Amino acid sequence: MQDKINQIMAEARERLAKASEMKEVENIRISTLGKKGQLTAILRGMGALSKEEKKQIGPAANKAKGEIERMINAKFDEVREAAKKARFEAEKIDVTEPGKAHLMGVRHPLTLVAEEIKLIFKNLGYEIAEGPLVDTVFNAFDGLNSPQNHPSRDMTDTFYISDGICLRPHTSTVQVRTVQNRKPPFRIISPGRCFRCDTPDATHSPMFHQIEGLIVDEDISMSDLKGTLDYMAKQLFGPETKTKFRPHHFPFTEPSAEMDVSCFKCGGKGCPVCKGSGWIEILGCGETHPKVLEVGGIDTEKYTAFAFGMGVERIAMLKYGVDDIRLFYENDMRFIDQFK
Amino acid sequence: MLVPIKWLKDYTKVDVDINEFTDRMIMSGSNLETVEKLPGEMRDVVVGKINKAEKHPLSDRLSLCMVDVGKGEDIKVVCGAPNVEEGILVPVCLPGGHIPGPLHGQAPVEGGVDIQSGEIKGETSNGVICSCGELGYDDKVVPVAHREGIWILPTDIGLEPGMDFAEAMDLDDFVVDFEITPNRPDCLCMTGMARESAATFKESVDYPATDTKCEAEGTAADYIQVNIQKPEFCTRYYARVATDIKIEQSPWWMQQRLMHAGMRPINNIVDLTNFVMLEYGQPLHAFDIRTVKGGVINVDTAEPGSTFTTLDDKERTMPEDVLMIKDAEEPIGIAGIMGGLDSEITDDTTTILIEGANFNGDNIRLSAKALGLRTEASSRFEKGIDPNQASAAVDRVCHLIEELGYGKVVKGAVDNYPGRLDPWTVDVRVARVNKIIGDDIPKDEMIEIFKSLEIGVEDAGDGILRVTPPTIRLDLLEEIDFVEEVARIHGYDKLPMTLPKGSACAGEPRNETIRNMTRIFMVAMGANEIQTYSFVSPQDADRVRLPEDAWERDAVVLLNPLGEENSVMRTILSPSMLQVLGRNFSKSIDSVRAFEIGIVFTKNEFDPSGLPNECDSMCIGMYGEGNDFFMMKGIVCELLSKLGIEDVRFVAEKEHGTYHPGRCARFMTGPEEDPIELGIMGEVHPDVAETYGIGTRACLCELFFDKIEDLAKTETRYVPLPKYPAITRDVAVTVDEDVAVGAMEEAITGSAGELLESVQLFDIYRGEQIDEGKKSVAFSLIYRDRTKTLTDAEVDAAHEKVVLELKDKFNAVLREI
Repeated sequence: MQDKINQIMAEARERLAKASEMKEVENIRISTLGKKGQLTAILRGMGALSKEEKKQIGPAANKAKGEIERMINAKFDEVREAAKKARFEAEKIDVTEPGKAHLMGVRHPLTLVAEEIKLIFKNLGYEIAEGPLVDTVFNAFDGLNSPQNHPSRDMTDTFYISDGICLRPHTSTVQVRTVQNRKPPFRIISPGRCFRCDTPDATHSPMFHQIEGLIVDEDISMSDLKGTLDYMAKQLFGPETKTKFRPHHFPFTEPSAEMDVSCFKCGGKGCPVCKGSGWIEILGCGETHPKVLEVGGIDTEKYTAFAFGMGVERIAMLKYGVDDIRLFYENDMRFIDQFK
Repeated sequence: MLVPIKWLKDYTKVDVDINEFTDRMIMSGSNLETVEKLPGEMRDVVVGKINKAEKHPLSDRLSLCMVDVGKGEDIKVVCGAPNVEEGILVPVCLPGGHIPGPLHGQAPVEGGVDIQSGEIKGETSNGVICSCGELGYDDKVVPVAHREGIWILPTDIGLEPGMDFAEAMDLDDFVVDFEITPNRPDCLCMTGMARESAATFKESVDYPATDTKCEAEGTAADYIQVNIQKPEFCTRYYARVATDIKIEQSPWWMQQRLMHAGMRPINNIVDLTNFVMLEYGQPLHAFDIRTVKGGVINVDTAEPGSTFTTLDDKERTMPEDVLMIKDAEEPIGIAGIMGGLDSEITDDTTTILIEGANFNGDNIRLSAKALGLRTEASSRFEKGIDPNQASAAVDRVCHLIEELGYGKVVKGAVDNYPGRLDPWTVDVRVARVNKIIGDDIPKDEMIEIFKSLEIGVEDAGDGILRVTPPTIRLDLLEEIDFVEEVARIHGYDKLPMTLPKGSACAGEPRNETIRNMTRIFMVAMGANEIQTYSFVSPQDADRVRLPEDAWERDAVVLLNPLGEENSVMRTILSPSMLQVLGRNFSKSIDSVRAFEIGIVFTKNEFDPSGLPNECDSMCIGMYGEGNDFFMMKGIVCELLSKLGIEDVRFVAEKEHGTYHPGRCARFMTGPEEDPIELGIMGEVHPDVAETYGIGTRACLCELFFDKIEDLAKTETRYVPLPKYPAITRDVAVTVDEDVAVGAMEEAITGSAGELLESVQLFDIYRGEQIDEGKKSVAFSLIYRDRTKTLTDAEVDAAHEKVVLELKDKFNAVLREI
């Protein structure tokens, strides 16, 4: 009997050594340890043995069962690992093949620039205000203290739909609307389209975008204007940016200024972008003229204000190095695709 | 405003270099356009004297000149100018030299031209006798005397052959082109810029002399009488008379100043009136007194419809309210705009009337516009001139007539001054100035600043300065105007940088939020944002095949469009989108997915004189692989779903001209009986695609974005995850081809009862095993009870109802799956 057990063991060991597939291993398990397996038969036949024989054969048979189970499990593991290895080899891919396209679109560059500027001013507590693109001549000119004979009122400069209604030539119309509709203090920023009778060329467009800002509060000064716009310039063009405020004239601000920023291409040394001057003109601004505040019945002794307006196209052209304003409205996808 | 620095120095001290000068002028408010260094680059250009000039043997047009250039021996130069003469002094560029301008008759060359000896028709030419143009002067400033041919140099300034030309002619100069803002017409002249310069550099102004000796017979009143019939248009008329005038060329120093300031020298009297106009900013006019019939000047409006010939030899028809200068019989000039041809100064003029007048700027502007004739004079009157300048300028002309020996000046003046401008005073509060500026500028500094600008100051106590600006400063009327003067002369760069002290809450209108969300969703779905013009062509409606009575055609019209293509405000976005698709297609871009959110305009129905209605609209357009109807529908549904708009229904639309009649849908939400239209989408009609040059199938969608803004939900609520499992059942049926799957889906949802969680179409099949005219449609239904585990029996009951409903409603035949 002992010999038989030894033989089963030896046979199982030998067959396992040759096996290379799961099925073969399974067959070995069935033929030795299965319901009708050789070792199972021996274990089942134990009842017929004498007490003495049971004592001898029992432990030996159980030991052999354990040994064969261990060998089979080990072989299972081995074959499984080998199979996985073979599969990995078979499923190997060329990782340098291109990925599957999942293309996002992009927002228009003018949207991107406007969003960036809006965010800067939102962080300073400015509210977004809107006004219509077609507005009254009062809101576009009279309310802004623009002289009756100012050439910008001419039909060669501003588009009209009737005597008293025009396409707004600037976003400053929103200033007039806001001072009439709001009680100070307030601070607003107003982005949007504007229109002027310019024939399109590389630097002119009959339609363009501006962002207007207005703050009305007690003690709003030129120094506050400088500080605010200097902050904006550093946010927009980088912390190294310097600003320069030059006296200028606008009917709706006094004192008025134009703001230059140090050229972000050359850092102020002079290059083609800044035409060698080291400075780039970015916006017009000033302390709001008392006559504009008076349109809204604001007490100009108590409240002072500053306002500014900038051209979105101009800033986008400078920021992205776009050399022709018409590209913004041609909407060539190869152009728009570039503004991630 | 061109300011030659050499000329500016006649009136004030400028002892800094040009860069510092312009930098500081910019910071005090005189922005500049350009700075030009004069003369242009020239080398080996010398003064020459033509000792001999003969015809070229082979050419009538050319001369052979022997020119003394100070080298002992004359050099031979071939010259083609008609005004070559023996004995004249000329600029000569020697071989190896360089001139800034192009050679006569040639196109301008960047950087100028090198000169070498050469042969012209067999004769050696050892240099070039130069014209003004060849030496870098713009044609519009070349003196009349030298326009045709070479530059004949003056003989009275000590020129000798061989002298360096630029040095001998004293050409070195910088010309600064200042940008003068409309509030500062007083800066449109040399004395005005001298005042700005003096205030900036703390110097003083040395005003031109205006005194006269008056050696002629009689007084001005003996020669002339002035009547102003229209004092509302003529504030002042000041005139003096000079006799014994001899018309000749102006001295070189004056010609040079005029040329550098951009004006052409003509003759001594015209030059003098231009020179003094540039000194004072006051337009002047000189009449030949023989042409002022009756010795009378009447300032009156023209007879509307009458004609008048101006000195540019054009006959013009007079509109209403054009102010004329008339003599006893007829008009002799258009006031403030242009003189008449018949009263022009001519070579035999001997006695002149010098007019310095002040005309109403608005009237001049309207007249110049009506006549289509804007001149240097008219633009100056439009901008505004202090009438007190009129007398100073005329007196200055008289002074120079005597000083330069042009003639004799008659004593006295005729001065008719109905609109006298007297000085005014304004109270300026020191504290108010500092409040607006945001600094602490001492009162004494303010006083200094005002004085530097020739503003009279009186300390009125209580922190008030009582100021009296010079009458030339027509812009200084209120306290705020003086705040600006203090700020700019003190220096904006010296002001501190602070942030406003208060605080405020940022916010944005809801529309803005929805638009921004939409942009981000669309970009995530692979669409590029575009921006197109708000004004479009009225033809667009035809191009997109809208019916004759379409509301979209009733657009807001511009009175003064740039052209037909941009003459109406857009009522819809789709034509612009189609244009963009076509443009991209034409550039061989094989696939486009784009969107625009923009404002559209409709007429104000309630108040035709009121503002038009404006609202947001949105358009999506696409073509190229995969960009078909259902891609568009998928994008639209996903967008609406992300914006929280549920229950969107699509209904086939067969009538809309822009779209393929079999591939177009309107979509809407809200109750069936009162739906809210959200938009229309579909494949672009082939005729429309062709019109826009889109050579492939394209899809278009126009969304009524204002509705979407109203309906969008920006807040989200969490629904607990299900605790009990779902059971999925599929149903596949054969139905007639015409049955809309949307209707089937509705029927399923309506019949399955509350256990149905969702239904999804997963297959539509036509072909083998399916009869002609039929299709097989398969849905997957998910059933779930949120309160307990479902039993098969419950699901079977619900599913049975679905199958029955499909059979009933659509004659559906169940297929085995």
